[in-house]
Amino acid sequence: MKQLLKGNEAMAEAAVRAGVEAYFGYPITPQTELLEYMSRRMPELNRVFLQAESEVAAINMVYGAACAGTRVMTSSSSPGVSLMMEGVSYIAGSEVPCVIVDVMRGGPGLGNIAPAQADYFQVVKGGGHGDYRLIVLAPATVQEAIDLTYEAFDIADKYRHTVVILADGNVGQLMEPAELPPMRPCDPGRARAPWALTGAAGRRKNIISSINLVPEVEEEFNRKLQAQLDVIRRHEVRYYEYETVDAEYVVVAFGTAGRVAQTAVKQARVLGLPVGLFRPISLFPFPEERLAELAQQARGFLVVEMNAGQMVEDVRLAVNGQAPVRFYGRMGGVVPLPDEVLTSIRHMTAKQEDYR
Amino acid sequence: MTIVDVATEELVYERPDALSETFTHYCPGCTHGVAHRLIAEVLDELHLRERAIGVAPVGCAVFAYNYFEVDFAEAAHGRAPAMATGIKRVRPQNIVFTYQGDGDLASIGMAEIVHAAARGENITVIFINNAVYGMTGGQMAPTSLPGQKTTSSPNGRDIETMGMPIRVSELLAGMPGASYVVRRSLHNVKEINKARKAIRTAFQAQVDGMGFSMVELLSNCPTNWGMPVAESMKWIEEQMVPYYPLGDYKVAPELK
Repeated sequence: MKQLLKGNEAMAEAAVRAGVEAYFGYPITPQTELLEYMSRRMPELNRVFLQAESEVAAINMVYGAACAGTRVMTSSSSPGVSLMMEGVSYIAGSEVPCVIVDVMRGGPGLGNIAPAQADYFQVVKGGGHGDYRLIVLAPATVQEAIDLTYEAFDIADKYRHTVVILADGNVGQLMEPAELPPMRPCDPGRARAPWALTGAAGRRKNIISSINLVPEVEEEFNRKLQAQLDVIRRHEVRYYEYETVDAEYVVVAFGTAGRVAQTAVKQARVLGLPVGLFRPISLFPFPEERLAELAQQARGFLVVEMNAGQMVEDVRLAVNGQAPVRFYGRMGGVVPLPDEVLTSIRHMTAKQEDYR
Repeated sequence: MTIVDVATEELVYERPDALSETFTHYCPGCTHGVAHRLIAEVLDELHLRERAIGVAPVGCAVFAYNYFEVDFAEAAHGRAPAMATGIKRVRPQNIVFTYQGDGDLASIGMAEIVHAAARGENITVIFINNAVYGMTGGQMAPTSLPGQKTTSSPNGRDIETMGMPIRVSELLAGMPGASYVVRRSLHNVKEINKARKAIRTAFQAQVDGMGFSMVELLSNCPTNWGMPVAESMKWIEEQMVPYYPLGDYKVAPELK
């Protein structure tokens, strides 16, 4: 049954229904409703909710609870996620699973609380120190935010990896009809995880650490991480396509920008322009194979983002010079209007070079 | 080769079960080993080894997990109390403790330790105060004494620019959530015995669900202080104890 749900609260309830056992967070707009919802909902179910003293503490609490083998999450927004990057790197270096919801806002610095996508580099490419990648899923609708959050915990557990739901202020604040998944039984403690810290009773001690002083040993660990990322690249690619079958031009956009772009593509089709939309849902792993395929048929790509052009680099790598890749973006918390995107599409199809 | 039968001898001293049989990476004469042994003895005595989960710091004790036969996590610098909070909240039946130095706890991790104490987090903290950053080679710590020469205060700690050292036990005793906050020293046998008793009380406080407990241990660093071990013990007694008075700063009535 569909209900009118707000993105932030919907993601919170989806996590609850996926069996999250502990939530640690810190208030920051525009994700605060998620924390507030959890403060009410988790104790109701005898699960753990704790408002930490900072995002630094929150992610390290997540790290601890993840080491103890429980399903755990946090949520934040851009400046808060910057603070979490230390813990994110340690979690990657320790191979423990967790879920992070990042409801991006305008930046840099304190920026503002409007929707933005300027943290693509930070979250998709790194952010913390060391060679690691996070599994990054970008929803464009409240329904997708629910479905991805619900699934994120299984993915995190499967690979002992961090999964980030990379939403933006629009997805977090939006209210629209959506359906919640069934409540899954919570599996407290998941003591079955043989690596978890549960107390060394009847077995050898478990140690969870991210330190490897010997460079060759650290390199070996890095190789293992990279091998795991290759498995993730093979199995976790997600994307959405609209009118791409006969498209001669392809608009590429994720999250809210993807949604705006879809409206523009619809309008372009009405005008008879052979345009389609490709919306990556997994930003890591990036759907590069499918984009390379589309590059065989397309005469041009237009990347639309709510930033100065970040994902466009990945699109260019995937297209690999087979077609021109143009960019249209708005920054600082400004959401592009479909008309603006349509104008860019028209410029592209008219082969005008001055498309900006 | 002569084989001596020792079976008839009375064994009065052996390695606690909670202490691992391994080589130490600590410098000769360092009191980290003493502190480790005291913790292990207490875990044995209270039968907590199988329930215990330790959290190691960043600093000389970064490898503390190698020395205890208990589950262990290695935290980011200063974040051990937050990590221990995450573990304890999801596994309240376990006995969770952190082992932290002065740079880790009183400098970079000040927010985490204060808030863990304020929440009355039911964890135990062993705080090693040796007035210097050991692992990085002897820089000034928040607990370095006025005038103390370190590699980053070559002319001695200047209190005009760096302020006075932080007295952590006094600070945390002011947190209503703390049940047991005491300062002990490891500079002689008498004080070591007192430290052992305090560590036992701190763990007992957690077992009883009393909330945050911490034992601060004045410790040496012969290597970075640049003095022989015996002299370093004297330095604790003569230089550190006057600024960091030993004693009980917070003891919940139930623990008295």
